[in-house]
Amino acid sequence: MQFGLTESQEILRDSARKFFAGECPIAEARRLMETDAAYDAKLWSKLAEQGYTGIIFPEEYGGVGLGIVELILLLEESGRALLPGPFFTTVVQAGSLIDAAGSPEQKKKYLAPICHGETRASVAFLEANASWDPADIHLEASADGKLTGEKLFVPDAAVADTILVVAHNGVFAVDSKAPGLTLKPMPGMDLTRRQYSLKLKNTPGEKLANPAGLPRARGIATAALVAEMVGGMQRALDLTVEYAKTRKQFGKPIGTFQAVQHQCADMYLETESSRSAVYYAAWALEQKAPDAATAVSIAKMYASDASRTVGNRGIQIHGGMGFTWENDLHLYYRRAKASETMFGDATFHRERIARQVIDTSTFVAKTA
Amino acid sequence: MDLNLSIDEQQFQDELRSWLSTNVPREWEHAREQSLDVRFEFHRKWQRQLFEGGWAGISWPKEYGGRGASLMQQVIFWQEMARAGAPQMANVLGLGLIGPTIIAFGTEEQKKRYLRNILNADEIWCQGFSEPNAGSDLAGLQTDARLDGDHYVVNGQKVWTSYGWLADWCEVVVRTDPAAPKHKGLTVMLVDMKSPGVDVRPLRQMTGETEFNEVFFRDVRIPAANVVGKVNQGWDVAIGTLMHERGSFGAGLQIIYKRNMDRLTELAHSTQRNGAPAAKDPIIRQKLAQCYAEIEIMRLNQMRAFSRISSTGVPGPEGSIQKIFWSELNQRFQQVAQELLGPYGQLSSEADEAIDNGTWSYGYLRSRGNTIEAGTSEIQRNIIGHFVLGLPRSY
Repeated sequence: MQFGLTESQEILRDSARKFFAGECPIAEARRLMETDAAYDAKLWSKLAEQGYTGIIFPEEYGGVGLGIVELILLLEESGRALLPGPFFTTVVQAGSLIDAAGSPEQKKKYLAPICHGETRASVAFLEANASWDPADIHLEASADGKLTGEKLFVPDAAVADTILVVAHNGVFAVDSKAPGLTLKPMPGMDLTRRQYSLKLKNTPGEKLANPAGLPRARGIATAALVAEMVGGMQRALDLTVEYAKTRKQFGKPIGTFQAVQHQCADMYLETESSRSAVYYAAWALEQKAPDAATAVSIAKMYASDASRTVGNRGIQIHGGMGFTWENDLHLYYRRAKASETMFGDATFHRERIARQVIDTSTFVAKTA
Repeated sequence: MDLNLSIDEQQFQDELRSWLSTNVPREWEHAREQSLDVRFEFHRKWQRQLFEGGWAGISWPKEYGGRGASLMQQVIFWQEMARAGAPQMANVLGLGLIGPTIIAFGTEEQKKRYLRNILNADEIWCQGFSEPNAGSDLAGLQTDARLDGDHYVVNGQKVWTSYGWLADWCEVVVRTDPAAPKHKGLTVMLVDMKSPGVDVRPLRQMTGETEFNEVFFRDVRIPAANVVGKVNQGWDVAIGTLMHERGSFGAGLQIIYKRNMDRLTELAHSTQRNGAPAAKDPIIRQKLAQCYAEIEIMRLNQMRAFSRISSTGVPGPEGSIQKIFWSELNQRFQQVAQELLGPYGQLSSEADEAIDNGTWSYGYLRSRGNTIEAGTSEIQRNIIGHFVLGLPRSY
């Protein structure tokens, strides 16, 4: 038993860190943020060249076949770099869903081109009620697989070739150019991951073979999102500590003052605790451990609160500078807010945890 | 990263689990009704039983009565103890802090003399660090030790000495060179608490108990052979002890936290709230789930820390996050318990209507001490700020 990284995991993490620092410095993230879809084709092919677009998928579909712990390490680095565009949406959300729910033919058709970097995809889940509970999905496909209705908050849909639409009677792969499909931007806080409303009118879709794979795909995507949040928290902490060491007031670095130092210490505690939680969740998912769902909820619950708090503290310590557009903190802060609610916020996951460990507690039987 | 058990670890776990299943005493739920002394004897007996089974101080070298277990076996040990609902051991400070310090810094004679008796709870230990004028600023301590032949003559006062009233031995930090800068003139020594001139006086805590003591030293003669590490280099030894206190000590707390969480969950199912069990109340559910998650994260942080220690060999300043985490978590947990139990939560053991013999009112009050003992939360945050994050020293 060893809760540290293996040598090959460390190599993967270090090379990802180097890759993102070289190919997507924050200036590049800022440039993409000002474009229509925050997407850059050249950056995309470089991600594919690294094998990142197929990192966890089977080699027979052109993937690299690594595990979920490796995925988490990669996402921590992309989060640290604030990687804009549809990488998370395509690879982690859509890719995992096809991998978990598609037939071998469907994987050949939809997953292989993702692995090869040829296509991008998204997942349309939320509806007007904005509930992450699958029981709240109302959209229904007709018997011949035609979809009519509306999905909201669909990430990166404008650059997606395929949109996986979750209906209450199945998951459907829809060509983004299919008849009856219209997209409209939903401008929000996070400028690096764009969202759209999606209207469908008698739009044809191909039903994925195994919709029971949805919870597994959601679990993987949630853990990966937490890892991305941890990377963002780490970056906010690093920026803040650096600032506290160099910014002087009263003739000394502000990091000398305990009021500042203790906030930094709390940022460290919150970041490290989120990291512990998500490493374990990744491991539990990889091993299909019985507590995997609880572990994912614990990680998302804790990181949802922690990433917001870390951002609050970072901005406060930066003082007026932290409140400027020029400073990078708000870019992470915006992403943190979007990620906080994505796949359910802390309140949502606390209720999940309660269902898993309070309701099923052995004491229920004992006291009944 | 590989959290699967190796073959050795699996054998270790199986063996421990089977031993615990037949040995964990069941009658101890009622121990709280008893006086502090009776309770202590109960825990001492349990530790002896563990020792005889080969389960006390498992990480200690075999020649001193341990079993040379790996750090990861220690992780398994605490998880299994928590899983089995086992009581704590009696010699908490000896096992967690002083034994490891003697192993790291002690002479061969000291190891032979003291370690086994720590493990079998024959000799109970306390820790004489803080003084009335040296709390967070520990290196400012004033207890004075002068060499006289082959003995040191010690004068001064220690305070907040847990278990002082029943301890046989004490690890003290004293000043052996008053002329040197404050960190450079300190020495760590082992004191027989039955030595002439040692006077232990109880300090009553806000809980009403006297877990802590003041310890006075008046011309107490301590053999020079009882110095641990080098004379005037006691700060390094003391920091070694404190690193254990902050870093790995928290692992044993899982036992208590998990037991408390299980019990509170049970109470949430049997307590009525708005015409239904409190466990169905959406707010209570949120709070219980938060506690459950934080206890799990405490365990995971601890596991990561142990993995790091097993590659570096020593606990580092990152251990301060464990100390902050377990202490502040327990305060939040005790508050949730109070909210769930309402006025019952405040009843002491003397009330016939008290739930769990007043454990919850005791636990609530006792938890205030958590963020003060073993280094205040403020000191831990200073340590993280300076030693982990590299910010300038604030004091």
